[in-house]
Amino acid sequence: MSDTHAQTVSFVRETMLPEAEPPVGNRGAILWMRENLFSGWFNILMTLVSLYVIWWALAHTMPWVFNGIWNAGSLTECREIRNATLGEGASAACWAVLGDRWQQLMFGFYPRELYWRPVLAFVIFLVAIAPVLFAGMPRRALWITALSPFVMFWLLWGGTAWFPVSIALGFVLGWAALRALAPIAGPLVAVIVAAALPIIYWFYTAGPLARELEQVVALRIEYVPSQDFGGFMLSFIIGIAGIILSLPLGILLALGRQSDLFIINKISVGFIEVIRGVPLIVWLFTASLLLNYFLPPGTNFDLMLRVIIMVTLFAAAYIAEVVRGGLAALPKGQYEAADALGLDYWKAMRLIILPQALKISIPGIVNTFIGLFKDTTLVVFIGLFDPIGLSNAIRASVEWNGIYWELFVFIGLLFFICCFSMSRYSLYLEKKLQRGHN
Amino acid sequence: MTTTSDAPKAGFRPSQLIYDTRYRSLTIQVIAFIALMLGLSWLVSNTVANLSALGKDFDFGFLGQRAGYDINQRLIEYDSASSHGRAALVGILNTLLVAALGCVLATIVGVLAGVLRLSKNWLIAKLMAVYVEGFRNIPVLLWILLIFALMTEATPQPRDFREGGGASMIFGDTVAITNRGVFVPAPAWGNGSLILLIVLVLSLVAVWGWRRYAHKTQEETGRILPIGWGTLGLLVVPLTIAFLALSMTSGRVTQPIYVAGGIEGASLAEFGAAQQGINACAVPNSTESLNLRRALRAEGLRFNVVPVTTAEEAIAAAEAGRCNILSLPASTDAATVPAGAVALSDTIQRGSPVQFESPVLGGFNFEGGLQLRNSLIALWLALSLYTGAFIAENVRGGILSVSKGQTEAAFALGIKPSRTMRLVILPQALRVIIPPMISQYLNLTKNSSLAIAVGYMDARSTLGGITINQTGKELEGMLLLGLFYLVTSLVISSAMNLYNSRVKLKER
Repeated sequence: MSDTHAQTVSFVRETMLPEAEPPVGNRGAILWMRENLFSGWFNILMTLVSLYVIWWALAHTMPWVFNGIWNAGSLTECREIRNATLGEGASAACWAVLGDRWQQLMFGFYPRELYWRPVLAFVIFLVAIAPVLFAGMPRRALWITALSPFVMFWLLWGGTAWFPVSIALGFVLGWAALRALAPIAGPLVAVIVAAALPIIYWFYTAGPLARELEQVVALRIEYVPSQDFGGFMLSFIIGIAGIILSLPLGILLALGRQSDLFIINKISVGFIEVIRGVPLIVWLFTASLLLNYFLPPGTNFDLMLRVIIMVTLFAAAYIAEVVRGGLAALPKGQYEAADALGLDYWKAMRLIILPQALKISIPGIVNTFIGLFKDTTLVVFIGLFDPIGLSNAIRASVEWNGIYWELFVFIGLLFFICCFSMSRYSLYLEKKLQRGHN
Repeated sequence: MTTTSDAPKAGFRPSQLIYDTRYRSLTIQVIAFIALMLGLSWLVSNTVANLSALGKDFDFGFLGQRAGYDINQRLIEYDSASSHGRAALVGILNTLLVAALGCVLATIVGVLAGVLRLSKNWLIAKLMAVYVEGFRNIPVLLWILLIFALMTEATPQPRDFREGGGASMIFGDTVAITNRGVFVPAPAWGNGSLILLIVLVLSLVAVWGWRRYAHKTQEETGRILPIGWGTLGLLVVPLTIAFLALSMTSGRVTQPIYVAGGIEGASLAEFGAAQQGINACAVPNSTESLNLRRALRAEGLRFNVVPVTTAEEAIAAAEAGRCNILSLPASTDAATVPAGAVALSDTIQRGSPVQFESPVLGGFNFEGGLQLRNSLIALWLALSLYTGAFIAENVRGGILSVSKGQTEAAFALGIKPSRTMRLVILPQALRVIIPPMISQYLNLTKNSSLAIAVGYMDARSTLGGITINQTGKELEGMLLLGLFYLVTSLVISSAMNLYNSRVKLKER
């Protein structure tokens, strides 16, 4: 039997064939295109329609963008250059307006020789925010974060350095009261005193104290009034101040809304619903028209500060709802476990509930922040010079009368970059905080 | 916390107010209540002091006063002699109009974009991603201004539509896009439009009955009746038949044109040539007035329209000399024809139940048709596209939230793909999609207050804008405005809660 094989089969392959490439139609770019672009008549139709849309959009905008003129002093000059080089009626952007007016778009009417101050404040902000955003940074750096608001305030508005210092002292005072009273009088009294003491201090002592200290040691830089603030600087200040201030307030409101205490619960619900039910622009008009009615006669305070307060309250109500969603999504077992460990309310919240609830709420919170940052453009209606207000001002000038798209594109692009990076950061954070099994 | 220890035997001690959980919550609430009341009374006393210092009072009497300003966009009758309250109502209706239009378009755009972003076609998925990210990350105010600038700066002027002007109307000379707004055909209602409405209602009832019957049949016998085609047929066929029948019969009826101060039996052209000015009495939005105007335009005559509400009023107006041309049904008794009026040789048709009047280029602007102002269009488009981007994300999330196993299970049961979508996927996805979608509607309604950017006269511009400036009643005006938005929001969100409780999964 052993030799039959040799007679019937003249050739036996002893080695494997090398792996062959798939046919041309079934690999690489062609396969990908067949699967993703041309898999059926409907798919082909959609591809063609999309291609046409893309071509149409690019054909209408790209010449305008790339024929753009960068060196001109006015729109008329731009048109003359265009007519000379590209011919009458050609489509060409006049980017020269950005070169001419970028300082205004970024800083408003802030004095030119002092531009280093907002820039430095922004750098400090980036340094201060880093330890919060990225867990890899040393924890000690959080001290810089705590101090940075006061430094930034001083840099932006100028004036005496003692004013932010005396404001900061209020926080120190509250913290000291909390630490000193908690062992003696119990947590409830300590919290109430720690909340009331700084408020009284700010109302009655902070201002005179700053003036006294200024008499002793003068620490001044040039004062810049709020009217001179404008452009993206204004958007950033209102946005960042609103974001920083609204988060703690929003968390407190959310806790209030989840609370069993009837009155606290109803106050929180009423506040949140009233704030959320009315558009921001109505609140801004309220701030500019009505706030003086609600304050003691003769009080008159800065419009920008009023706007920041309103924006903060507005965003806090939205954040409260987001955080409430997070609190409600936690399994009841977590609350019961915290109770079983014998933790008191604040410890349970701080150590068990909020870390989990906030993690769930991160996408919503970042979305609220993005919304808040975009909404800073609404201040144009109450007479502040945000980028859109400045684009109107630039258009009203003799040189740039009638320029629309270039300014819109620039403003839109900057907002897009800021908001898009915020949403990407939220995705990153979501991934990083993922504690599930997958 | 809710834990309670064993009740102490001893009597009540003041320190329990702080240390005993049973009393502590009461203490906290009382303190919070006192703080709230103190704060409120501080605000109220400040307001009272400030108002008296300014010599103002707090009353809403200004709503009854004469407004004295014009509103170019209005859904109800209004002129500058109307009251501030009426102006506020016009504004509120305008807000609701743009909100309703915006919600409809945003839903369509959002659902389309959301579904297409999940498409297997790579190109279209990426295109939709660009749309969504672009609109979500740029302020809506910028979009409103951008679209408004597009509408006013990049569209032709009405005079460009003349011969050789370089612009032309679209959709068969029915729609004109100009820098003064978009002109679209307006419906005019004629004889038998009521019958048409009745037919429509009857077919809706029939559709309802057919769907019930189909469901019942399927429950009992398992036989599946064509619900979709049946619905379509029941809606379209009777309406078409009724419309055609009415157009053939009463639509073909002609009626004479009566004129004052003309020669009996003369043609319209001869009458027009003999007259100084032509004033036509006509009921607005009726096919008769539309056909009369068409006849006059066909002769190249210029004329004014005197609006009246009924045929009797038209006769009275003609006798009073306010108009010198009108058309009455042929069946009208000769005695009621206005004194001194004679019939011309030309006649007009009574017209179909519904006809559409296309805009035509008049002296300086388009006449006839419906003018949609640029402010409305820009606001509407910008709000819809902006909100649509958010809705697209909700829709995508909702569809992704239904696990693939559901589709596979439905296929395993032998259910067709279209029916799988309708009966298995959509009901589950909608539960996730609808609540955030309604809150997007809420956002759209609130964002419509950005009408201020384009000069659209919404509630904020009338009640919270010009009225406040004219009467100096900031406090009352802003209060009413806030109340309007608050009530709208609460109504929409309570509708959402109702829906939520209906579709909630029925758990143990």
